[in-house]
Amino acid sequence: MKQTLVVIGNGMVGQNFLAGLAASSAKENYDIVTFCEEPRAAYDRVHLSEFFTGKTAADLSLVEDGFFTANGITIHLGDRAATIDRELKTVTSAKGITVSYDKLVLATGSYPFVPPVPGHDRPQCLVYRTIEDLEAMQAAAKTGKIGTVVGGGLLGLEAAKALRDLGLQTHIVEFAPRLMAVQVDEAGGVMLRRKIEALGVTVHTGKNTSLITDGETCVNKMCFADGEELETDVVLFSAGIRPRDDIARGCGLEVGQRGGIVIDNQCKTSDPAIYAIGECALWNGMIYGLVAPGYAMARTVVADLNGEAASFNGADMSTKLKLMGVDVASIGDAHAKTQGAMVYTYQNGASEVYKRLVVSQDKKQLLGAVLVGDASGYGTLLQYCLNGIELPENPDALILPHRSDESVGLGPDALPAAAQICSCYDVSKGVVCAAVEAGCTTVNALKAETKAGTGCGGCVPLLKSVLNSELAKQGYEVNTDLCEHFPYTRQDLYNLIRVEEIKTFAELLEKHGKGRGCEVCKPTVGSILASHWNEYILKTEHLGLQDTNDTFLANMQKDGTYSVVPRITGGEIRPDMLIALGQVGKKYNLYTKITGGQRVDLFGARVDQLPAIWKELIDAGFESGHAYGKSLRTVKSCVGSTWCRYGVDDSVGLAIALENRYKGLRSPHKIKFAVSGCTRECAEAQGKDVGVIATENGWNLYVCGNGGMKPRHADLFATGLDKATLIKYIDRFLSFYVRTADRLQRTSVWMENMEGGLDYLKSVVIDDKLGLCGQLEQQMQYVIDTYQCEWKTTIEDDSKLKRFRHFINSDQPDDNVVFVEERGQIRPAVAGDERKHFTLVEVA
Amino acid sequence: MAWIDVCGSDDLQPDSGVCALVAGQQVALFYLPEEGTVYAIHNYDPFGNANVLSRGLIGDINGQPVVASPLYKQHFNLETGVCLEDETVQIPVYKVQIDGARVKVNSEASS
Repeated sequence: MKQTLVVIGNGMVGQNFLAGLAASSAKENYDIVTFCEEPRAAYDRVHLSEFFTGKTAADLSLVEDGFFTANGITIHLGDRAATIDRELKTVTSAKGITVSYDKLVLATGSYPFVPPVPGHDRPQCLVYRTIEDLEAMQAAAKTGKIGTVVGGGLLGLEAAKALRDLGLQTHIVEFAPRLMAVQVDEAGGVMLRRKIEALGVTVHTGKNTSLITDGETCVNKMCFADGEELETDVVLFSAGIRPRDDIARGCGLEVGQRGGIVIDNQCKTSDPAIYAIGECALWNGMIYGLVAPGYAMARTVVADLNGEAASFNGADMSTKLKLMGVDVASIGDAHAKTQGAMVYTYQNGASEVYKRLVVSQDKKQLLGAVLVGDASGYGTLLQYCLNGIELPENPDALILPHRSDESVGLGPDALPAAAQICSCYDVSKGVVCAAVEAGCTTVNALKAETKAGTGCGGCVPLLKSVLNSELAKQGYEVNTDLCEHFPYTRQDLYNLIRVEEIKTFAELLEKHGKGRGCEVCKPTVGSILASHWNEYILKTEHLGLQDTNDTFLANMQKDGTYSVVPRITGGEIRPDMLIALGQVGKKYNLYTKITGGQRVDLFGARVDQLPAIWKELIDAGFESGHAYGKSLRTVKSCVGSTWCRYGVDDSVGLAIALENRYKGLRSPHKIKFAVSGCTRECAEAQGKDVGVIATENGWNLYVCGNGGMKPRHADLFATGLDKATLIKYIDRFLSFYVRTADRLQRTSVWMENMEGGLDYLKSVVIDDKLGLCGQLEQQMQYVIDTYQCEWKTTIEDDSKLKRFRHFINSDQPDDNVVFVEERGQIRPAVAGDERKHFTLVEVA
Repeated sequence: MAWIDVCGSDDLQPDSGVCALVAGQQVALFYLPEEGTVYAIHNYDPFGNANVLSRGLIGDINGQPVVASPLYKQHFNLETGVCLEDETVQIPVYKVQIDGARVKVNSEASS
């Protein structure tokens, strides 16, 4: 007969336990019941702040669809387990449900600690733990201007990011003399503070809040013990966590002096029928406030229920985080508390990098490390630390900057099979290698197979290098040929064209390819030639290479007609220009729509009408918008400081300057920009390939964002820039993208496939690691200097206009193009429409 | 067999296409100057239901000369009119003569 197993709490650890149990054979022995106090099942609290950057509660969910039903688990959502009767072995919920148990697992988690400051329960004094808390923050941010986080630890910085994402002027108040006092030493704390402040967040350390009361300019005022005051609308407490052990206390289980349900190495409480796991559990006097140790406890209990020997022996507390775009990592004994420990530090004030190594007295073992500003060495250092790998002769080489090609990283081959690659899911190198052997050839396949890299994601670069090394050992070779005509990648072809100064497709094909080419290689080469030499794309030798839209400098629609999009830089347009645009639309009876990129799209133009339409547009002062090209599309902007009450800088002016600078640049795929005049981000710059946001300290540059089918939030690339530096970085960034991306690869995917990712890109563009920046800037300047409006060139050349007719031997239009009217405008007729010809304006 | 004078050979676009009206039919003409070849197929894309094939990119796939539809990128063999992605679909092809400086197309589809 089956026994009943009850799990109290469906947070990250509770759910991880259920998933582990469901996948094990012990599942057959139990009817499983779980109580979840929140209205929704487990979600990812580690990435909670992404809720403010577009993720929904559903995106954050950790529960696969149908999980509970498929595994026969009964879940009581929105019902808190209130009491346990250990005599009768029952659990009773707040709603009055009583369930008998044979085994009980407590995964009640923790609650945010709110210091008992008078006024802590005033309006808009909030905590940061659940999705409901986030919704309360969102509501408070709507009316407020200033937000303050109490607590400068890990969670506090996360919370500060959330406030900043909500558009609030953000402060952090910390009792200790530095930020992240637990993980980071004093010098690291100083660097961290500088970086956080550069992002426009004000940091107050060594501050003891004594009272929260009515504010004069804001909802609240915080009074500090030193007599200073701070006006703030929102107060967000993030001063640590406390284990939720009330239900355990209520039934007489042993708890620690300062809270926490006491457990042994099998995660059993003082009652052998009851386990406790995660942040509610106290092991060896420690509460673990990270998710990985909680998962380790969950695994221990699953193993115990399966009758396997298992033991929780403490957990590594190393962490790597990106806090507001600042990389911070802490490994092992960061504070050098071990007897005889020696310390190496590296500090680079200019690029705001701080690194510290703590090694054993004999300098052979790594005990701990602190990384601020550049955490790229985290994976290697963690492996040294966890696996006791002997350090190189000069351990400082591990934190000193090194030039390209020279690598001091620990290659994946140096790791033992037992080395833990993913600490969230405890996946060893051996398991990863076995999965590669069994046929996983991509990081995504490995993630699906082993779960490695699906927790915090910190191990993905290491996972990738193990994958590549294993694939290489198997003699696996990926075919990266562009197509059957060229045994090269796009990047190879770019280099051939550049180095051998090849100017036509025919020359490239003769030297390096075979056959006639196809619709893959022709446009790719056409694009590279245009990126590099920037000649007129309809030149006879280039014409046959161009993609559908480029050949007629307009966008083909489903019925073979075209749409026309003139450039409206930054979305700024004078009324007389708008009228001129309207007149063209009216004269040629074009369907007219406003685009997402702040311009106007005119649809339904026949190929023979395009030159006349463009003649009128150019006469009115318009130029090509390159909407047809894989090239810069728009630079969207908000109205900025010129008009907006909240504007910090002139976003429209910058947007126009950027659009004029990069217009016409042919690239592997289309490129979109946006510029926002303040952190309210009305231009949605963080969803663009290049996004710029004004702050009090200068321009912040974001790169590789994307909307569309697979949205990607842009990465913060550099902060507090002046205009000249900003433009220099964008020049280099775009040139590097044009040189190295695959065909039709947007910057977002380019970045995600780039070895070393954002850090590598920064090292190339900002630190000039490859020594390429001069060339990249020069190339961009060449393209800018040779810009031409393709439509102007075309209408001035009669020989080019010959192609702009439907028939080479007749002036008749295509009789298959038929429009009907809808909402006062034309649209293509579809089957079932009464096919009624419109009277179309004839053009000479 | 009716040979119809369509246009001058300098009206053709090297390595690209144009559309001609031939006895009321739309015919796409593709000119490959290196081989001195002109291919003629019907201009109608049966997948996109639009007269656009003359505006497609030409090339070769496994040695067959093809045009890729500018709408949804299906390939059509320029010699037979057969679609490479779906061999049950075939579009008409026409014979072409270059007669001095003139291009002539046979108005009867040859397949």
